[in-house]
Amino acid sequence: MGEPLLAVRDMKVHFPIRKGLFAQTVGYVYAVDGISFSLEKGETLGIVGESGCGKTTAGMATLRLIDPTAGSVVFNGEDITGFNRSRLRSMRREMQLIFQDPYSSLNPRMTVNQILEHPLKIHERFSSRQRKERIAYLLDKVGLSAEQGRRYPHEFSGGQRQRIGIARALSLNPSVIIGDEPVSALDVSIQAQIINLLISLQEEFDLSYIIIAHDLAMVEFLCDHIAVMYLGKIVEFASYERLYLNPLHPYTQALLSAIPVPEPRHTKQRIFLGGDVPSPMHPPGGCHFHPRCPLAGEECRRLEPSPKTIESGHVVVCHRYQ
Amino acid sequence: MLLDIQNLKTYFHTFEGIAKAVDDVSFSLEQGEIIGIAGESGCGKSVTAQSVLRLIPEPPGKIVGGKIIFDGQDLVARSTSQVRSICGKRISMIFQEPMTSLNPVYTIGRQIAEMFSLHQKAGAQEGWDRTVDMLRKVQIPAPEKRAKEYPHQLSGGMRQRAMIAMALACNPEILIADEPTTALDVTVQAEIIDLMLRLKKDFQTAIVLITHDLGVIAEITTRVVVMYAGKIVEQADTVSIFENPRHPYTQGLLRSIPRLGQRARHGARHLQEIQGMVPSLTDLPAGCSFFPRCPEAMSVCQFNLPDLIETDPGHTARCWLYGDHEQEACERG
Repeated sequence: MGEPLLAVRDMKVHFPIRKGLFAQTVGYVYAVDGISFSLEKGETLGIVGESGCGKTTAGMATLRLIDPTAGSVVFNGEDITGFNRSRLRSMRREMQLIFQDPYSSLNPRMTVNQILEHPLKIHERFSSRQRKERIAYLLDKVGLSAEQGRRYPHEFSGGQRQRIGIARALSLNPSVIIGDEPVSALDVSIQAQIINLLISLQEEFDLSYIIIAHDLAMVEFLCDHIAVMYLGKIVEFASYERLYLNPLHPYTQALLSAIPVPEPRHTKQRIFLGGDVPSPMHPPGGCHFHPRCPLAGEECRRLEPSPKTIESGHVVVCHRYQ
Repeated sequence: MLLDIQNLKTYFHTFEGIAKAVDDVSFSLEQGEIIGIAGESGCGKSVTAQSVLRLIPEPPGKIVGGKIIFDGQDLVARSTSQVRSICGKRISMIFQEPMTSLNPVYTIGRQIAEMFSLHQKAGAQEGWDRTVDMLRKVQIPAPEKRAKEYPHQLSGGMRQRAMIAMALACNPEILIADEPTTALDVTVQAEIIDLMLRLKKDFQTAIVLITHDLGVIAEITTRVVVMYAGKIVEQADTVSIFENPRHPYTQGLLRSIPRLGQRARHGARHLQEIQGMVPSLTDLPAGCSFFPRCPEAMSVCQFNLPDLIETDPGHTARCWLYGDHEQEACERG
């Protein structure tokens, strides 16, 4: 195993809170507080967590749509955190984004053809005929007809719009696609279609995905490795098998136990966490999870746990495994 | 029988034509029962619930037929204000997004206390005490303090608890919950589910739970109504729906959801999907609405709408697979 395609090291994103007449900085929102992960070619990484855990910010900062406060993002052997605008632009050809809301992420005044042509015009030196061919090819790949390209986004259903979003992300032949809750706005029967589409596109184009989501069942299905985030930090990182069969962090265990199972006779022991996720403006000391952790001890209140590798590729950040 | 909905039809008049949002829907609710209405967006599950409480904006919407029998009276035949006074404190409803259904300029406590003064003519002090008591029952920590806070000061799960406290303030006989946990995180959702189960036990409240999440349905309901394009396609007790689904739509829906451990345990890598998409309500297929997407479609399905047919005792499905379709089709011409 050589160099990973994408490696994020100790990334931090802190948003200043400004108040008063002179907009003095009175504190920070510690949205992402030192996370590291890497992505291999053709692999899918899932980032899961509840709302406010920083998973979306982590994805945005990886693409440098938000500038990280600290840390590095190494893509194809180059640290992109220091890139200027023009280098970033050429890098973004390689890294594309699919948004959660297929309704607001497409320009309502452009036809689908125009939406798909846009990135080709900006980035590639294609002739107009080549662009047309490329658009027809993309539409076909995501299961839409060439005739549908002449329509406007409002004429499509949610699932079809998400297909358009995927076609747009594919248009420049990227190597990495980041999907921020790519199916959570869709209906159940449509979700399966989009998940299958993402999997078959990955196999065909050898794509790498980062899937940011809150739905653990979906993430487990789609992703090879999963990072569980809580309050700006990764608390557990494992392969999908290990995370499901042998979750180690108490938060992961609680998260897995909380998912309702579509089997009425199924009974399971549910771990109730109680309380709410603390504000990322004032994260608790020690282990961030200790105020809600059913197993918290004295040490958890005082000391921040450090990542511990249990088995190759399975890392947990918890005092119980130190 | 607490609530009996018979052949309810709620149509919307739109520029594209008449949208049959709820078309010939019948089901009933017993005391202390939790019934689930499942279906995708646009299937008419919310409009069914809103029709009961007369919350349909009119125009464009209109209840054009059927009966809603509550306490021996047909609510459809009553005026909106009569419905409000009959249902007011006896049927209450909670919504998906707790932030938009609470008034941001009043404290939580004041909004809940209003229930007591409005419906039970309670005095200020009594109303306040009962409010705090109610907040305690829905497990809001430090209820005296929280009652004095505004909605924006509470977290999503806390707001939904406050909504439930408000809905249950007058001890309603029926609680209609429209996607009560969809906007919440899973760990909070688990707590709200647990709370609803406990409230059902303690107060004997009957609950109509509307959701697209089949996991939530499996967890708490005893009976399920599956809707598709404005019609009931299947109805049965929860165990039969999940273990022995009859309608191809229900079967497809259950197969299309990723289940936790499916891949880790069975190595599954592709989900079974339902082809195509939900038809527009103003342009429904002539026969069975599911016909264009159905893997088991037959020629009879294209032009003939099947009835709800009893496939097993207490289990009905709207599908020609279970009817004597040749004879029926002949009779209908």
